[in-house]
Amino acid sequence: MTLDELQEIAEREREEAKKITHRVNVSVAAGCLSLHSDQVFKMLQTEVQKRGLDGSCKVKSVGCMGLCAAGPLVRSEPQHTYYRGLPPDSPEVLNAVIDSLDGKPVPEFALSPEIPFFAAQKRIVLENCGEIDPERIEDYIGVGGYEPLLNCIANRSRDDVVQEVIRSGLRGRGGGGYPTGLKWSMVAKASGEQKYAICNADEGDPGAFMDRSVLESDPHRVLEGMAIAAYAVGATKGYIYCRAEYPLAVKRLKVAIRQAERMGLLGKRIGESDFCFEVEVRLGAGAFVCGEETALIASVEGERGVPRPRPPFPAYSGLNNCPTLLNNVETFANIAPIISKGGDWFASIGTGKSKGTKVFALVGDVINSGLIEVPMGIKLRDLVYSLGGGIPGDRKFKAVQTGGPSGGCIPEQFLDMGSGGMIVMDETACMVDVAKFFMDFTRDESCGKCIPCRVGTTQLHGLLERISEGKGQMADLKTLERLGAMVKRTALCGLGQTAPNPVSSTLKYFRDEYVHHIADKTCAQGKCACSKTPAGTAEN
Amino acid sequence: MRRHGYKASALIEVLHTVQESFGFLDDVSLRFVASSLRIPMSKVFGVATYYHFFSMKPPGEHNCVVCMGTGCYVKGAGDLMKMIEEIARVKAGETTPDGKVSIVAARCIGSCSLAPAVVFDGEVIPRAQPGAVRDQLRRWIGHDAG
Repeated sequence: MTLDELQEIAEREREEAKKITHRVNVSVAAGCLSLHSDQVFKMLQTEVQKRGLDGSCKVKSVGCMGLCAAGPLVRSEPQHTYYRGLPPDSPEVLNAVIDSLDGKPVPEFALSPEIPFFAAQKRIVLENCGEIDPERIEDYIGVGGYEPLLNCIANRSRDDVVQEVIRSGLRGRGGGGYPTGLKWSMVAKASGEQKYAICNADEGDPGAFMDRSVLESDPHRVLEGMAIAAYAVGATKGYIYCRAEYPLAVKRLKVAIRQAERMGLLGKRIGESDFCFEVEVRLGAGAFVCGEETALIASVEGERGVPRPRPPFPAYSGLNNCPTLLNNVETFANIAPIISKGGDWFASIGTGKSKGTKVFALVGDVINSGLIEVPMGIKLRDLVYSLGGGIPGDRKFKAVQTGGPSGGCIPEQFLDMGSGGMIVMDETACMVDVAKFFMDFTRDESCGKCIPCRVGTTQLHGLLERISEGKGQMADLKTLERLGAMVKRTALCGLGQTAPNPVSSTLKYFRDEYVHHIADKTCAQGKCACSKTPAGTAEN
Repeated sequence: MRRHGYKASALIEVLHTVQESFGFLDDVSLRFVASSLRIPMSKVFGVATYYHFFSMKPPGEHNCVVCMGTGCYVKGAGDLMKMIEEIARVKAGETTPDGKVSIVAARCIGSCSLAPAVVFDGEVIPRAQPGAVRDQLRRWIGHDAG
């Protein structure tokens, strides 16, 4: 397919869309699906057909709208209203939604798009999520999709594309924060006949589901970003390494790849040029360490996912010892808009060091739990209290756990710093328990290759266990700190180097809770084994 | 295996297919995979045991997955799991002796906004209530226990 042909399809889609006066978008991402949004979709569609409105009113299945806690979510236009928690088993309510298309929305379920949760967001990565049908490539083309890719191939040199990404200041969204443009130019300059582009969709951090949502809601966006990257660095083969725990994301990715190949937007001779790029999905198998790039590459090769020392960096010697570009889902999803709107536009968003936006999964003890995208550098306090709507049940905020098992817990007085993906915890959470939870996780997920990580995490967990059982001693706190620092310094890969973070951050900010466990042998929150109240009744 | 051209790099993909077809990886199928892909049995076994997703034991008739991700954990998934283990009288990762129910602890299934999440036979139960979970388990196990 050439650029002209693509624009023709886009034009046709837009013409079709003009005929529609009313739209009802129903989210069919995994969160809403588990609340039976597929039934809501079917019933709304049947009702519209029954009334003979299907020429002017379109009921569409779309991706994630973000406010997962209030699913199943529906949006109706031109009313510009969100509906929350529509009961899938109540034809009366759903009929009322259709009845009111031209009038006032059904008040019990309506949700204004003006609330901070929606209004304070800036959507780049998620701009199509909740707008387009993730299983229809024409929808994606209709909003300008694949035009940046074909434009690059037809009109721009490889180096020009790399320069554009460098100018954008985009940094890797997987956690490492390495400048994306720099990575691209390294792979572009590396010598080798065969080069690969890999997308890291092994989102292992518990409490994070940004990548899942993007893949489920807008898979073509990720594929296009990968293809542009492949063109820029000269890769001809790509893999998406996706968690097996995300069956819906895998399914939609595979559908998207097939559609794009059929249209000549992936595969051989893309855009009728000489550029070829084939993409395959590879399933992860539940190993957290495979988010680390060298371990991920080993896993794609069919080996045990064990990291190896760097250098050599994958940019020079990665998959099958060939130069390999490895970026995360969100990073790739940023590429198409950077190419179409320019690196300077992207660089104008965010802060001095961190450009663009960041998608956060806001979960835990917070009212508006869900997925949000905000400019870099936003204050944590705004996230929790403004977008998040605060803590449920008038309880007090205690800490935010950011960055998964490798992150830390930050208390209220430090709530004003910009930071990663987050789980909000209120005053009923016990920090020793949380630290123990994470050490149990990393201890279990440690691949066992290097000793500091394998033995260190087990020892740290053992100490925490002892403290939580009320058998700890004051000297244990010193040991925790010393051991943590040692593991951090000497572990081979990111998993081990960051594994002690939950312990060290809770020790730093919530030391009194540790002391309380040791001195009084009780857990004030009633979560630990030492407390007198049984764990089941601790919820107060 | 044919689809992947019998390449050694397809090992994990092949193991996924085997597990999908038979529910778990047994000795016979591992040996078959090893000889077809021409890789040592030790390596196949190593890979199969390294990843959490692969199971070497036959699954129960029903499957109960409790998400133990951070979001679910702070919302009480730990207590939920304790209750389930008591009802089923087995630990997470095991199957009841009568082969009725397998109890599995998952890392994170990405339904964090609907925590705590439990998955019964592939269907996600959002905001799982202890009572409802107990009833479902009793229905499954109940037949034999009386």
